Amino acid sequence: MDVLTLSRIQFGATIAFHYLYPPLSIGLGLLLVLMEGAWLRTRNDLYHQMARFWTKVFALTFAIGVATGIVMEFEFGTNWASYSRFVGDVFGSALAAEGIFAFFLESGFLAVLLFGWDKVGRKTHFFATCMVALGAHFSAVWIVVANSWMQTPAGYHLVGSGMHARAEVTDFWQVVFNPSMLERLFHTICGAWSAGSFLVVSVSAWYLLKGKHLEFASKSLKLALIVALVASLLQAFSGHLSAQGVGRNQPAKLAAFEGLYQTTSNAPLVLAGIVDEKNERVVGISAPFLLSFLAHNDFHSPVTGLNEFKPQDRPPVQASFLFFHGMVAIGFVLILIAALGFLYFKHGTLHQRRWLLWLLVFSVFGPQLANQLGWFAAEVGRQPWIVYGVMRTPEGLSAVVKANVVVASLILFTVIYFLLFTVFIYLLHQKIQHGPDDADLIPAGKLALPPEI
Amino acid sequence: MHLDLYTIWFILVGVLLTGYAVLDGFDLGIGALHLFTSKDQERRVMINAIGPVWDGNEVWLVTGGGAMFAAFPNVYATVFSGFYLALMLLLASLIFRAVAIEFRSKQPMYWWRQMWDIGFAGGSILSSLLIGTALGNIAWGVPVDANGEFAGTFLGLLTPYPLLVGVTTVALFMMHGAIYGVLKTEGELHDKLRRWAMNSIIFFVISAVTLTMATLLFVPHMAARVREHPWLFSVALANMLAIANIPREFHRGNDGVAFLSSCAAIVTLMALFALNLFPYLVYSLPHPENSLTIYNAASSPKTLGIMLLIAGIGVPVVVAYTISIYWIFRGKVKLDHMSY
Repeated sequence: MDVLTLSRIQFGATIAFHYLYPPLSIGLGLLLVLMEGAWLRTRNDLYHQMARFWTKVFALTFAIGVATGIVMEFEFGTNWASYSRFVGDVFGSALAAEGIFAFFLESGFLAVLLFGWDKVGRKTHFFATCMVALGAHFSAVWIVVANSWMQTPAGYHLVGSGMHARAEVTDFWQVVFNPSMLERLFHTICGAWSAGSFLVVSVSAWYLLKGKHLEFASKSLKLALIVALVASLLQAFSGHLSAQGVGRNQPAKLAAFEGLYQTTSNAPLVLAGIVDEKNERVVGISAPFLLSFLAHNDFHSPVTGLNEFKPQDRPPVQASFLFFHGMVAIGFVLILIAALGFLYFKHGTLHQRRWLLWLLVFSVFGPQLANQLGWFAAEVGRQPWIVYGVMRTPEGLSAVVKANVVVASLILFTVIYFLLFTVFIYLLHQKIQHGPDDADLIPAGKLALPPEI
Repeated sequence: MHLDLYTIWFILVGVLLTGYAVLDGFDLGIGALHLFTSKDQERRVMINAIGPVWDGNEVWLVTGGGAMFAAFPNVYATVFSGFYLALMLLLASLIFRAVAIEFRSKQPMYWWRQMWDIGFAGGSILSSLLIGTALGNIAWGVPVDANGEFAGTFLGLLTPYPLLVGVTTVALFMMHGAIYGVLKTEGELHDKLRRWAMNSIIFFVISAVTLTMATLLFVPHMAARVREHPWLFSVALANMLAIANIPREFHRGNDGVAFLSSCAAIVTLMALFALNLFPYLVYSLPHPENSLTIYNAASSPKTLGIMLLIAGIGVPVVVAYTISIYWIFRGKVKLDHMSY
């Protein structure tokens, strides 16, 4: 294989693995804030027990997220040096801002969140938890700023030519609020909330099925189901905004998502199917007019097809189509699962519906899979560009890195990440088996309330 | 040298990397000393001495890397792609170290803990060695072609002088970590760490003296600025006094001052390095005209200005809460059910 393919595989694989963890940290971060906030408000120590248990799970996901995240920052320079030279003026700022505004906040207050339970009072601890969650969200902001700039570059101009050409900032706020940033951030954050809340849903449902930690599981489940339902509904809404943005900013990408070759008025929306690339059509079930409506809020507006673009400017159609439709399908299933779970929970009959509890147990894979597919769709759909319309992916490669060293690093990461994943699953399993600590039902030390007189 | 934006960013990147060396330096040092004791309890205390802070300390490296990317993208691109295999090894060792801290005490089995302990110690030593060797190569000079691309090989980076800088870095961090350990522990382990600290001071002084001689003899450009401006010799003098003060305070039982002296030794070493490197970031050998400087490798003044504003807002806040977090976790380590 050539160095381009190998570098793409390495970047794709390392970021896909990394991306299993930050959404969990963001989502669990939000839930920890809600749990601890509820504890402070209601003084019900069950919430304290919940916060303590989920903090341990949070710590596990955070550790791997940090360890695999450093790899991402280094890989721009190691494998994509020409890209780094070209965009450093614009893109580097976002990464540096992420370090200063997000990582320090997150990792600094993490110390208090994990180890400070009996060293500070409950309000200070709650503040630390909020800061960790805020840091996790900030890091999503800056990473989505950076990635969105690759999708819809703005606020820059090109300086120099040939080898020395590069993008330089003209307007920082246009770089930050580039045309796709807000809707993509909204969509990404919803995906992260889903990942965190469905993990809590899954583990809680498992306890209910096994008849263990019933009170704990029931309270965790209620909170997580609400977040899961809200997040998955917002996910669909933000997805709609995002798809409209793609239609506006990256029409070739939307056409690939839908497998649409001919520019079509009254364009139908493919609900399920597969692209027949040879005959330039989609085989499957479609809903008439709906794509036109979704893209332009009008049933008759024409939607641009792939044929408007030269073959060398089109993304891989089949892959973009399948990733996109996979993500959308999972998204709707998750809304259904969360809604069913919530309704029966409200009716008080969820505990008897073992089939639904099992469905909730397995729902944890949904957001993870959808998040991965969503990013695949976003990044594959951006091809053949590394910076949309400005720089092609092969032009971003490092000039001096040879295929054999990329093979070496790829093997290294494969081995390490396989080991990490095995250990992560093993330890997560142990934590779930161990369950919440009963001692945490009676907060001690500085966390205890002063005795009432 | 007048203070333009480029110089300010040279200093700021230097401050971030020095912050990393001072803070994560003791984490890496604790890791390097980890296998010196075979008692599980003592190993746990050592890990928990850095438990709440190592993660935040490592962010200094991440932010330093990000700042390098933003301020000097050509250096980031040339060095990271040129030192490819070395960086991949650094990443692997940082990953092992990080997850070893998190995982080792989660299971009681001997093989489990031994495996992660070796990962923690090996990762810490290898990271320190690689970081030092990278700095050593920058000091010595690396081949750069007319396009600003690295023109050497991986094995070409492993020559005696850079490796000597690498070994000195390991020694420096071991000394720094041991003194930090003395501050954070009590009882038998405290006494052990005190002995290790004395031995690592000797190890460090031998390495540092050798390195100084080697630099003066073989890398004259890394002493050029001090030679031109003799008053800068005060920095070298301050460095020597800081190092000499460590065993002195140690004998008097002023462990806290000994630790501050160790911090001062790191800061002055980094200052000497930066003073003599300036205005180069990657010194090119054998073609100095291909060198990457703070001027030809920098981002636009506009970006440097924006970044300065970001740093001006962010860094004071970071320093403030970092200090308060160290304050919360002051004192000797006590193991409890939350500990690693």
